[in-house]
Amino acid sequence: MPKRIEDFKIVDNQRLNNDLFILELAGSSDLPELKPGQFVQAKVEGSPQTFLRRPFSIHDVDYARNTLKLLVQIAGRGTGVLSGLGKDDYLNLIYPLGNSFSLPGKEEKLLLVGGGCGVAPLLFLGKYLKSNGNSPDILLGFRNRARIIEEAEYAKIGRVYLTTEDGSEGEKGLVTDHPVLSESEYDRIFCCGPDAMMRAVAGYAATRGIECEVSLENLMACGIGACLCCVVATVNGNQCTCIDGPVFNINDLKW
Amino acid sequence: MVDLRFSIGSLEFKNPVLTASGTFGYGSEFDDFMDVSKLGGIIVKGTTLEPREGNAYPRMAETPSGMLNAVGLQNKGIDYFEKHIYPRISGYDTNVMVNINGNYIEEYVALAERVSRLEKIPAIELNISCPNVKMGGMAFGTNPVSAREVIRAVRAVFPGILIVKLSPNVTDITEFAHIAEEEGADSISLINTLVGMSVDIKKMKPALSAITGGLSGPAIKPVALRMVWQAARAVKIPVIGIGGIMTASDAIEFFLAGASAIQVGTASFIDPQAAVKILQGIEAYLIAGKFSGIDDIIGLINRTV
Repeated sequence: MPKRIEDFKIVDNQRLNNDLFILELAGSSDLPELKPGQFVQAKVEGSPQTFLRRPFSIHDVDYARNTLKLLVQIAGRGTGVLSGLGKDDYLNLIYPLGNSFSLPGKEEKLLLVGGGCGVAPLLFLGKYLKSNGNSPDILLGFRNRARIIEEAEYAKIGRVYLTTEDGSEGEKGLVTDHPVLSESEYDRIFCCGPDAMMRAVAGYAATRGIECEVSLENLMACGIGACLCCVVATVNGNQCTCIDGPVFNINDLKW
Repeated sequence: MVDLRFSIGSLEFKNPVLTASGTFGYGSEFDDFMDVSKLGGIIVKGTTLEPREGNAYPRMAETPSGMLNAVGLQNKGIDYFEKHIYPRISGYDTNVMVNINGNYIEEYVALAERVSRLEKIPAIELNISCPNVKMGGMAFGTNPVSAREVIRAVRAVFPGILIVKLSPNVTDITEFAHIAEEEGADSISLINTLVGMSVDIKKMKPALSAITGGLSGPAIKPVALRMVWQAARAVKIPVIGIGGIMTASDAIEFFLAGASAIQVGTASFIDPQAAVKILQGIEAYLIAGKFSGIDDIIGLINRTV
């Protein structure tokens, strides 16, 4: 799939809570077929301190509307500027970048695990899996009830299990504390979230011999395999998160 | 039509816009965004005799108007380059040059000999200025004695066009420009990155695993421009200007200060089409100014200051 550089028009900017918002962007040409796990590099205009592009997972795709969605957490000046974008503003993207999650067999029992803003690629993945005939379970972890996002969207895809760190909703604790992990047998886990969460889930999967893929969000400059800044140590040596990932099988990572 | 050609010794370039080593991969990473053959030349990723894994992550930190990197010359080594990369990139209709690095003089020499046997590689850029390796690199390029030794040794075995990439982390850039010229280099390119660092105040740790890294981007452009101006007045061989060039007007500043060609580096990370856009902008500037070619503006400020 050739990579493109293209201006997208903001169709909607939906604020979910203090930190998170969803940008819906319309392509200026027809969207190519996008795969769950792929990401974009967005150019932030109007913030001189924001020198490099910002990578974001593709959160959702609507081919009928020719739009894609990005779930963004306000983490600094760059994402702060993006949070202020409104209808008819433009955002320049380089896309589609990176590999994608593996497409599992229809009979496989799947679990999607996400935490915080790291749930970003899981909605697109979940919808894709559902259209493939899978009905994955979805385990999501948040800090507290107020931080839970898009639960209803995930509920359309499969059974949703929740954890919150303070116990204000769902099970109290981290995703790896949820009883569904000991009660159910999964064939494959797809995970995206904070580094510590992914490592814990990978540890759980490795102990049980469950296939597991994680989506990494290493710092990067170019996004196209030129700068070699975003590497992760793998059994095949240092590999670029941007072109060899962002999705890695945990068996390939030196975690 | 303006004449954009320039040459280093016997090697002709269709235009003076090149891409800086370590910022353009092997060219093919950019095929989706541009016709790489439109450029005057590409200098591929720094290459070593043996494969190198580079430094640990994190290797990059964004800084005001720039970035620090401490990649540490990750590459698969010359054997892999010859077998797998060279066949793929030798089809580009432009000058493909290899940036060579070593821990010891013997490694530079062995590498230069290997590259000299590759028919489609007309030039090497001798990197004595990488700040992100424990041995070699900048250690050669900041010491006049070892700089002279390594340039002399490589010159003795490499019959092609020899470009020496200089480090800005020196007190007097003209000293190293002179050494390169005296030892028979055909051209010098400058500047490599400036050594810098950044601290993550949340983690209370250096932002880079290697602690220090090389600063690039528009933040270093005034320093680069000053050094290019000094070097161009000091030597007769062509000077290739590098450092924070994001736009055609940045590039034109370097030509006016005395650069015969320029390299686009970090800009390609933000806009993968930056190099071709800069080329188009240079051409438009020359046409608007009714110049017959790029030669007309090289070092122009020196005729009046």
